[in-house]
Amino acid sequence: MAKFFQAADNASSVSGPPRPVEYANDRIFRGVAWASACMIIALTAYILWEIGREAVPAMHQHGLAFLTGTTWNVGKSELGVLPEIWGTLYSSLLALILGGIFGIAIAIFLTQDFLHHRLATIFRTIVEMLAAIPSVVFGLWGIYVVIPMLKPTAEWLHGHLGWFPLFGTELSGPGMGPAALVLAIMILPTVAAISVDAFRRIPYKVKEAAYGMGTTRWEAILKVMLPTASSGILAALVLGFGRALGETMALAMLIGNANQISLSLFSPANTLASLLASNFPEAGHIEKQALMYAALVLLAITFVVNVAGLAVQQYTIRKFEGKK
Amino acid sequence: MSDVDLTGAAARPIPQLGRRVFEVRALKSGFLTLLTWLAAVLASVPLFSVIYMLLVQGGTRLFGADFLEVLTGLPPAGFEMGGGIGPAIVGTLVMVAIASAISIPLGILAAIYLGVLEPKSRIAMISRFLAKVLTGFPSILAGVFVYAVLVIRYGYSAWAGGVALAVLMLPTVVLAAEEAMAQVPQRMKDAAYGMGCTRTQVIWKVVLPTGLPGILTGVMLAVAGAAGESAPLLFTALFSNYYVSQLAELSDPTASLSILIYNFSGMPFPNQIELAWTASLVLVLIVLVFNILARLVGQPKV
Repeated sequence: MAKFFQAADNASSVSGPPRPVEYANDRIFRGVAWASACMIIALTAYILWEIGREAVPAMHQHGLAFLTGTTWNVGKSELGVLPEIWGTLYSSLLALILGGIFGIAIAIFLTQDFLHHRLATIFRTIVEMLAAIPSVVFGLWGIYVVIPMLKPTAEWLHGHLGWFPLFGTELSGPGMGPAALVLAIMILPTVAAISVDAFRRIPYKVKEAAYGMGTTRWEAILKVMLPTASSGILAALVLGFGRALGETMALAMLIGNANQISLSLFSPANTLASLLASNFPEAGHIEKQALMYAALVLLAITFVVNVAGLAVQQYTIRKFEGKK
Repeated sequence: MSDVDLTGAAARPIPQLGRRVFEVRALKSGFLTLLTWLAAVLASVPLFSVIYMLLVQGGTRLFGADFLEVLTGLPPAGFEMGGGIGPAIVGTLVMVAIASAISIPLGILAAIYLGVLEPKSRIAMISRFLAKVLTGFPSILAGVFVYAVLVIRYGYSAWAGGVALAVLMLPTVVLAAEEAMAQVPQRMKDAAYGMGCTRTQVIWKVVLPTGLPGILTGVMLAVAGAAGESAPLLFTALFSNYYVSQLAELSDPTASLSILIYNFSGMPFPNQIELAWTASLVLVLIVLVFNILARLVGQPKV
């Protein structure tokens, strides 16, 4: 026993009260960490303030008519972003439908014992690699693979079902369809990853109970697992939608940058982000201010969608972890 | 006695516990399983298609005889043949380095506050929430922001490009580092406090070393993401046909792989389009290297 107490007197022992220098270091370091945390708040505020400040002249000049105007004519100073808002929401919605279905299917595929766990790891790596491919590479791929591939189908659909609004125009190259398809591929990993999380949160007992009642695999998935994971999947969809809204380069390369509102999958369109990407570098002073206003609109839309998604996600986490 | 049926089971049918393969329920389940497999296979088609195109279209130049010219040459103009993507590779690496130098220390410091010092304080709550919001922030807005702050005053530069990338990396680094440090067992920290460590000493000697694999994973993924970004560079770094060779040139417009791909993709010249594919292959390889590094360092040792 005596040995243990000797440790305190031993000169080589590390234990002991902090020295004054150590207290001072501690205070300084904690101050720096505190300042860094505050900086995130300051940065967000600064971003809002800077973009807002640059947009103020345009906001005064165009007011709310900017949101409902349908022309972008810098010479006549007629500037409106309704077609871009439409294009942003429409392309993201199309991408969400496609990417959502596939994303949820993949989440089910990965979590509901379809694969040996080693194979599941390999497949998850494939999906994660999809997320790692840069947007601009998807754009290039879209131009040289997706558009030529879609053309015959698009011509057939337009020729035979041209009366249907979705197929109302010909695909002459870039357009809504290829853009939305590539966008769907890009948000698929996001939707899949967050949905996988949602399925993983379900206690294993729930699945056991379902199987114990004699359900088939899909009865268990459709009647027990999906409803239980529904709020997490909703979060996945909303956050995926948010990702799609802000996606820039692939869309700027694929959507055709045409200032029009059309339901057709094959007509060129534009989005807020690709308007910024394609017009900003060469814009004059007045147009830049208008583009800042457009950036503010984009910021507002994505902010609302992301906060909604995060709120749903938070709700899900509380629902499952609060019961512990 | 007559109304008490001790052998009542006889009246009930014996439950069928065997599995009937051709039951409607089983068929439905099998059909949906087939659809899921189909969805999974379809979803992996794009990745393999992208990889195939990168190797076929970009690989011919990169793995061909003139690979040195491709990797070090200047971008060709118009009808010019040959040329390379050297300045773009250097530019991308330089700007990612600037972004890392800004965002990694700041991000880890902020994460220390959020994850270890005061996880439940109001400032931590707000910061964490805003960091999450910022990860979903359209990357082009980082470009617009830096344009308004830096480019209007000092012009297009590698600095501006680096800052724009840093704005995008910061939230990823913060959230990943916070998560990694939260995984450090409370007992290890308590043991250090028990020896009389200050909180700073606990962080430097226990929390950071233990959480390091997780922190590095987050950092590598943020770096990979930043290397592939293009939207924020469009009007901060712009583009250039020449190398960054001195420190002073960091205040000039700078080339990057992603903007080179964007510029060349729309050109009517086959040479440029081939170089765009080569640049894509190089960019994907860079991103992949950081992703693999993230996985290698990511095995937690706790």
